[in-house]
Amino acid sequence: MVAPLKQLSLRPDRLTSGHRACAGCGFPIALKMVLMSTEDPVVVANATGCAEVCTSIFPYTAWDVPWIHSAFENAAATISGVEAAYQSLKRQGKIASDKTIRFVAFGGDGGTYDIGFQSLSGAMERGHNMLYVCYDNGAYMNTGIQRSSATPYGASTSTSPAGKVRQGKVQYRKDLAAIMAAHNIPYVAQASIHNHRDLMNKAQKGLETDGPAFLNVLAPCRLGWGFDPKNILDICKLAVDSTFWTLFEVEDGKWKLSYKPRNKVQVTEFLKTQSRFKHLFKKGNEELLEQIQADIDAKWEELLERCGANA
Amino acid sequence: MAVKQKTVAESHAITGNEAVAYAMRQINPDVVAAYPITPATEIVQIFSNYHADGLVDTEMVLVESEHSAMSATIGASAAGSRAMTATSSQGLLLMHEMLYVASGTRTPIVMPVVNRAVSAPLNIHCDHSDTMGSRDSGWIQLYGENAQEGYDNLIQSIRIAEHPDVMLPVMTMTDGFITSHGMENVFLLEDEEVQAFIGGFKAAYPLLDTDNPVTFGPVDFTDYYFEHRRQVFEAMVNAKQVILDVAKEYERLTGRSYGFFETYRLDDAEMAIVVLSSAAGTTRFVVDQLRKQGMKVGMLKLRVFRPFPATELVEALKHVGAIAIMDRADSLSGEGGPVGAELRAAFYNEEKRPKAVNYIYGLGGRDVTIHHIESVYKDLANILETGVVGPTVRHLGVRE
Repeated sequence: MVAPLKQLSLRPDRLTSGHRACAGCGFPIALKMVLMSTEDPVVVANATGCAEVCTSIFPYTAWDVPWIHSAFENAAATISGVEAAYQSLKRQGKIASDKTIRFVAFGGDGGTYDIGFQSLSGAMERGHNMLYVCYDNGAYMNTGIQRSSATPYGASTSTSPAGKVRQGKVQYRKDLAAIMAAHNIPYVAQASIHNHRDLMNKAQKGLETDGPAFLNVLAPCRLGWGFDPKNILDICKLAVDSTFWTLFEVEDGKWKLSYKPRNKVQVTEFLKTQSRFKHLFKKGNEELLEQIQADIDAKWEELLERCGANA
Repeated sequence: MAVKQKTVAESHAITGNEAVAYAMRQINPDVVAAYPITPATEIVQIFSNYHADGLVDTEMVLVESEHSAMSATIGASAAGSRAMTATSSQGLLLMHEMLYVASGTRTPIVMPVVNRAVSAPLNIHCDHSDTMGSRDSGWIQLYGENAQEGYDNLIQSIRIAEHPDVMLPVMTMTDGFITSHGMENVFLLEDEEVQAFIGGFKAAYPLLDTDNPVTFGPVDFTDYYFEHRRQVFEAMVNAKQVILDVAKEYERLTGRSYGFFETYRLDDAEMAIVVLSSAAGTTRFVVDQLRKQGMKVGMLKLRVFRPFPATELVEALKHVGAIAIMDRADSLSGEGGPVGAELRAAFYNEEKRPKAVNYIYGLGGRDVTIHHIESVYKDLANILETGVVGPTVRHLGVRE
């Protein structure tokens, strides 16, 4: 279990203030929490994306830990090289045997679900001692809100816009956490920034796992989703209470539900908070909303079954 | 490479790939990240045997693509370790994006490349289209004629790449199959000699120094990008002296001398062929034959293509009446190959310059024979006799 809030609040920020992310952006919250979850030294690799461009504008850097960005599709491969160097130098006695360094890669859903998918799969399969964290905001936000394979059904993006005959994205999300679990790695989890304790426990577990770990974090983009910055955490909570986004762990192949809403809310409660879904509430689109609800219900049942939590 | 063996070293009959893998074992890199591709595959296979037998301290990262191979190598180098990979052809093309990142991030990676044609059509045999396509990526490029040069260039490259005035990645080339799979006598150094020559690697700003965090690969806007790219230019210029200094030191160790290029019977030559890599062997033989017939022919074999030794090439060739520049790659500009374009450009401001023609030859492993080379010298003789250059881009050994 991660340290109590009182202690956590005394830990220095490893991603410091002064970065250029928008007010009400999800990724800085996610990244700060991940890095705060351990006191061990860490080295970070970052995929190209908002988290990279907003934090490393030369000659400034918001990173108070060693950090490398090399390209978009290869954060997992890059950190695997760093980790390999660590293993080699440690074995050769060039790094003190009692020094433990943790390795983390951060990527958005574009850099993780899509263009970086192969590199991620390779790194997980090879068994590097690393945690890969996807800050999932459901589209290519850095290039101007294009659809990704993490974009939810019906969302309007700049490449899947709602128009006169099309109503946003026509495909459902890729289930990346399940795909990662299918790699039979020791630890996979999904978290959300509104539940800091759950997120940090999972990050700490992932970092301290012997072997590869994957953490998928819901981290909304206020521009891409279209909401008032002050509502970000409420929206995340609605995402989880509607089971649009689910919180779970897969530890050594065993699925475990982290949170089951006492009263599962309708997905429309979540959808209506964001302008990317507003066309779905137009007259004539009722069927789409029903489809989305049905899909979410089916996936929730599937997850409950995987977790043995059907009751 | 001019051979004046100082001591009677033991020679070994090995292939080009074996020589390169042997040098890699002696270098003993901290990390090797690689993906197989013909004809470079063997290098990492042989190295994997060394690894399996515990002969190296290397951590192997057997990645799922060449893009990840170069990405992991960059990560390993930035971490503060000595990191290597190897590739050919499509593999190098898949790395292309990351080649620029390696040089821009100033990671002193060394990579043997076994030259092979690029698709399409698919072809596994030798030409230089792969590495010529990387010529603007900020990597130093050394081309080797044979297994010995592949071995020697790789060892020297460690020193060149890691020199504080350079800090740029280096690729060293051997010709696919012709050199990589051909068996030759190669003089090998002792392991201790190689280690003493290359020394240990001490990175200035390793990522793994967690007490002193550094940011690698930041964003530059219009205010800094140009200066950082300019620094890469300066490093490439600095590399010229470093390449010569390292070669001199290597000669003291081995008796084998290297420079930007090797000249053969060029001093009094009226006609010369400029060529890279294995075709130099054929050319050297033809030079001797034609010299016996009284033709004043010579050869310049280019070893260092990046940085491009323009002034030195002009100095070496300006007295020659006519030169044929051989390119085993076509730029598809309609005006010939990359060596042809750059060498002719080097002469632009010279009052005295040879007449020059550019030959595209040997694409996709097409054999280049003594008859082909003879025909080139005869073409040059004709140019000198008539004063008419004729077509400046010619294709050698192709069915029209």
